[in-house]
Amino acid sequence: MRYAMAIDTKKCVGCSDCVVACQTENNVPIGYCRDWVVEITDGTYPQLEIEIRSERCNHCENSPCVRCCPTGASHYEDGGIVTVTHNKCIGCGACIVSCPYDARYSHPEGYVDKCTFCLHRIKKGQQPACVEVCPTKCMYFGDLDDPNSDVSKMLKKRKYKTLIPEAGTKPHVYYLI
Amino acid sequence: MREEIIISGRLNPNIDPHLEIWHWHIPLYLFLGGLAAGILFFASLYTVLGQENKFRGAVRRAPIIVPFLLIIGLAALFLDLRHKLYFWQLYTTIKIQSPMSWGAWTLMAVTPLSFAWAAIHIREFFPQWDWKFSILKELEKLLVKYKLYMAWIILFFSVILGIYTGILFSAFNARPLWNTSILGPLFLTSGLSAGAAVIILFSKRKGERINFAKIDIMLIGIELFLIVHMFMGFLASTEVQIEAANLFLGGPYTASFWIFVVVLGMILPAILEFLEIRKFHIPTVIPVVLVLFGSLMLRFIIAYAGQISRWLY
Ligand code: SF4
Ligand code: SF4
Repeated sequence: MRYAMAIDTKKCVGCSDCVVACQTENNVPIGYCRDWVVEITDGTYPQLEIEIRSERCNHCENSPCVRCCPTGASHYEDGGIVTVTHNKCIGCGACIVSCPYDARYSHPEGYVDKCTFCLHRIKKGQQPACVEVCPTKCMYFGDLDDPNSDVSKMLKKRKYKTLIPEAGTKPHVYYLI
Repeated sequence: MREEIIISGRLNPNIDPHLEIWHWHIPLYLFLGGLAAGILFFASLYTVLGQENKFRGAVRRAPIIVPFLLIIGLAALFLDLRHKLYFWQLYTTIKIQSPMSWGAWTLMAVTPLSFAWAAIHIREFFPQWDWKFSILKELEKLLVKYKLYMAWIILFFSVILGIYTGILFSAFNARPLWNTSILGPLFLTSGLSAGAAVIILFSKRKGERINFAKIDIMLIGIELFLIVHMFMGFLASTEVQIEAANLFLGGPYTASFWIFVVVLGMILPAILEFLEIRKFHIPTVIPVVLVLFGSLMLRFIIAYAGQISRWLY
């Protein structure tokens, strides 16, 4: 089992509903976020292109954050989801520094926090909160090893990219382009 | 003109607009660790070489400060932890791939050794010292008996500690400025140079001082060579590393790096030490302080600049 997410940059309108859904679902402290929207305008006026992406931890297959954690607090769960065990984390910040996407933050309570792909929901057979709430239905979640999962089907059908593939992290969040 | 504008909705404290999660604690800790490694290296080296009596400043006197350096360094590291109550988790795991884990365990080995080394040489400063309890006296006898073995072990760990201070940064691919294995040898050399400088201060014999001034000049030469190579490596590498190098080659850290680290912290003290060897009268403390300052600034600047350097996507 390899959980992954595919996000359609052509459909995303940048409404940030996913951000609010995540903050509510996961009790993210005010002023922090586990997912966020990035808008990139590229080109020469008047030929401009916009790409809108909802970003979060990429649950990398070769994740530097798991590698550098001295206590094993950062670890892989079943299905390759990268999470942090709060009462094992010493708050040294090594994992924050090690993530090329800056996807982690230091929770005011001291431990390090980040997207969990809503592991608690997945265990109940539900979708991550951001996927569930997206008004344009631009996010697909599922198991890469299952050819019939939403995410596998989308990756078969569409062109996609991952973020900074050259960093060697093997991200599990795909952007449909 | 082609332009790219990136707007991100993320504004996590200490992460945006650029990373600043490691503050003064880490560079201070790395400086003190490197300095401790440098002093211990020379102390054990001259013991192993059987030249203890010739180099008393290195073997017997300077190491007295090492336990203090390490304790202050560890305190800084502890202050930097944000989930302090759980710090003991560091000692429930050995993770070969984690530089933090390496550091925790290396310090666990080096700190008690440095206490033992300082303890058996305490009479260098307090000739009347008495350990009061017979068990401590027995322990001292035992340590003195096996001093040579201890020196070998310290020699080994001091090199690991010195290199580790650089590896802690270079193990992060996410920060292009740090992602060069030259930082290991560079920080080791810088720690050795700082150690040699402190030994000069502690030494009572002219010949020993001159010996360490020569060593220091040589180490500074190696450092300059490593710095040049670091930049050559960056400029011949990927775009993110070229940008990282540019932080020091015209970017915001240019003046502070070249003036504080290279000129004031390396070239000037090397010249002063050279003049001293040539019998010009120069207060010993000036080059020593400059070397320590340069070594500290090197860690601070690399720590802060490294956090600014990043992948763009
Ligand atoms: S995106 Fe960052 S935090 Fe998430 S798994 Fe990859 S390296 Fe770790
Ligand atoms: S901050 Fe916590 S999760 Fe991150 S590397 Fe340190 S101990 Fe591991």
